Amino acid sequence: MALSDSALKRPEIDGRLLSELVDYLRHVSTDLREEWVRRIAEAQLLGVMTPEEVFTEATAVYDNYVDALETGSVETLQAYARDLSERLIRRGIETHEVLGIVLLLRDVLARSLFEQYKSDSELLNRILDAYEPAANRIAVTVGVSFVEERERVIREQQAAIRELSTPVLQVRDRLVILPIIGMLDSQRARQLTEQLLHAIQTNRAKVVVIDITGVASIDVTVANHLVQTVKASRLMGASAIITGLSSGIAQTLVDLGVDLSMMRTVGDLQGGLEEAERLLGYKVIQSSEQHTVEDDD
Amino acid sequence: MSVPILKQGDYLIASIQSALTDTEVLHLRDELASHVGRHRSRGIVIDVAALDVIDSFVARSLREIALTARLRGAETVIVGIQPDVAVAMVQFELNLDPLHTALDLEEGLTVLRRAFEERKTVGV
Repeated sequence: MALSDSALKRPEIDGRLLSELVDYLRHVSTDLREEWVRRIAEAQLLGVMTPEEVFTEATAVYDNYVDALETGSVETLQAYARDLSERLIRRGIETHEVLGIVLLLRDVLARSLFEQYKSDSELLNRILDAYEPAANRIAVTVGVSFVEERERVIREQQAAIRELSTPVLQVRDRLVILPIIGMLDSQRARQLTEQLLHAIQTNRAKVVVIDITGVASIDVTVANHLVQTVKASRLMGASAIITGLSSGIAQTLVDLGVDLSMMRTVGDLQGGLEEAERLLGYKVIQSSEQHTVEDDD
Repeated sequence: MSVPILKQGDYLIASIQSALTDTEVLHLRDELASHVGRHRSRGIVIDVAALDVIDSFVARSLREIALTARLRGAETVIVGIQPDVAVAMVQFELNLDPLHTALDLEEGLTVLRRAFEERKTVGV
């Protein structure tokens, strides 16, 4: 905001100067574009793109950039930056590269302006006064657009992971298992609780086995959330069994002093299922006699 | 609106149809206590499936009902707690111990039957 304010203070001078500036930049556009692409290659930015692609994008960005300088409105440029970011993010472009190329363009243009007006330092000063705020604003716009776009992609991916990562599986009548894989944060823990409770209702589950073999670490908030999940299942008439507590997690829970006295925990998923079957009154019997070899150890 | 109390064999079934005022909760408590005596019931099922909220007062009253009924020889089971309600209750640390809870009416009756058998085998 501060940047555009300073530009508004002397609109009549800046307006005239800006249009002169823009005319000049359009006039020398081919040279400056090539210079810019050369500098990009030199700085080893945009390594994932072919030189032709870089040149095409550079042309579009350059034109948009000059348009934005002329009109003072960054909306078109913003939309273009978003669109470009969306394409580039999938190919693994980093924030520093995007900021790098915009600042390079800013630098290339500024140098060319120096070259053009160096004979008249008074005019050069005024040209730069008009150019700098607008150029800064454009750099900020492009940078912010990229970061916002990236955050949007991250949010989308997080949502997709959440969708995929919490299946509630029915293994027997009245018995569901909930394998948890990956990192548990409190948002995911909350969502998990919700899904589990609804599954209890729809599957009429009496026992739930929550398997956390795939969880690498746990903090106190999540541990408490797990306890709450167990209590809430209890209120809905289902017993919960937690399985697959790694030694690390078990140690953490003890160190944190989380009260697990009301949790039913079993070492591994197999043990948990056996315990669940016992609770439900199932008895698993091997049908053929010849396979009753002790393979427990 | 008062809660209808149905008698089904040895059991009483109270199905709460809509949110209750505090007076209605107290009324339900008294009604159930007297019904248990009159019908010599062995169990009570209270269905709360229609409730969107169970506050601390209702939770405490449900526990009181259960404790009173137990003194008169009947076990109580709360059925039909909705997922959201269960989460909220746990978050506000509303405790229903030592009440039994079950998914629905059918489950509740099974729980009562089993609780009663246990009592018999222990010889209480």
